[in-house]
Amino acid sequence: MLVQDIVFWILSLMAIVGSLGVVLVSNLFRAALLLILVFVAVAGMFILLSAEFLAVVQILIYVGAIAILIIFAVMLTRDVQRGNLPNRMHIPAAVFAALLFTALVAVAVDTKWDFLPAEHQERVELVQVSAVTIITDEVLNDEGLSLQEQEEIQESGLADLLISDYVLPFEAVSVLLLAALIGALVLVRPDRGTGRG
Amino acid sequence: MSFESFLIVAAILFCIGLYGALARRNVLAVLMSIELMFNAVNITLVAMAKYLAPAGLQDDISTVLTGQVFAVFIITVAAAEIALGLGIVFAMYRTDETVDLSEAIQMRH
Repeated sequence: MLVQDIVFWILSLMAIVGSLGVVLVSNLFRAALLLILVFVAVAGMFILLSAEFLAVVQILIYVGAIAILIIFAVMLTRDVQRGNLPNRMHIPAAVFAALLFTALVAVAVDTKWDFLPAEHQERVELVQVSAVTIITDEVLNDEGLSLQEQEEIQESGLADLLISDYVLPFEAVSVLLLAALIGALVLVRPDRGTGRG
Repeated sequence: MSFESFLIVAAILFCIGLYGALARRNVLAVLMSIELMFNAVNITLVAMAKYLAPAGLQDDISTVLTGQVFAVFIITVAAAEIALGLGIVFAMYRTDETVDLSEAIQMRH
């Protein structure tokens, strides 16, 4: 537990310092690099939370695609030197963010959370492992679970949820991605006739 | 490494992102701040998937992965958002020659 705690504090420090840098550093290119640091720290937190698949997806999509896109955009627009100025509303915005933070912390601390019962803990951990890998029958037998419980664990997984309970949102998101792809292409298409862009 | 500490770290990230989205003038900085907020929400969802008991736990053990499924959807939507957002940034830069939100007053010629 101790090692995990230390890792957690290091990752949170990385994430918080990095995100402060993203909004406060005046050089946008450096801000984009700090954003990558935040993404990596969040991926580490996903691993701490036994969501290894999401950690890999986080690295692939955020660090691999989104951060690179942002860096391209920063370098293609020429306002890098002018930097990351605040607008006139930055003091009210800071006050609002601080108030929201207070409210969120109050909710997080005050709420009586319905934690996972201890007797489920072992099976839940198996389900989380089975989200990314196939658990062999030998391992399941060693855990001393009933046959029905073993079947349940083997049938559960992110992919199975995505094509059973959440198949409609899954398809909707596919259409959304296609729409975003076409929309982005239309937006950046050079104007016909002017020859610019 | 309690559940609440994850929530508080996520709250800090979300509020920093919110401040950035409201207070910055450069549209790319605003987009980066929105990404920070997406990440904060993802941490919250995954922490809840790990620590909290979902409603249908007795019937179906796989409901403990619900939070992760939602995080997958959020990551997908974030990817769509950044693609469209950067498309709009480029369109704006082409017409107005600026990426400063305080100077951008129109979206057409």
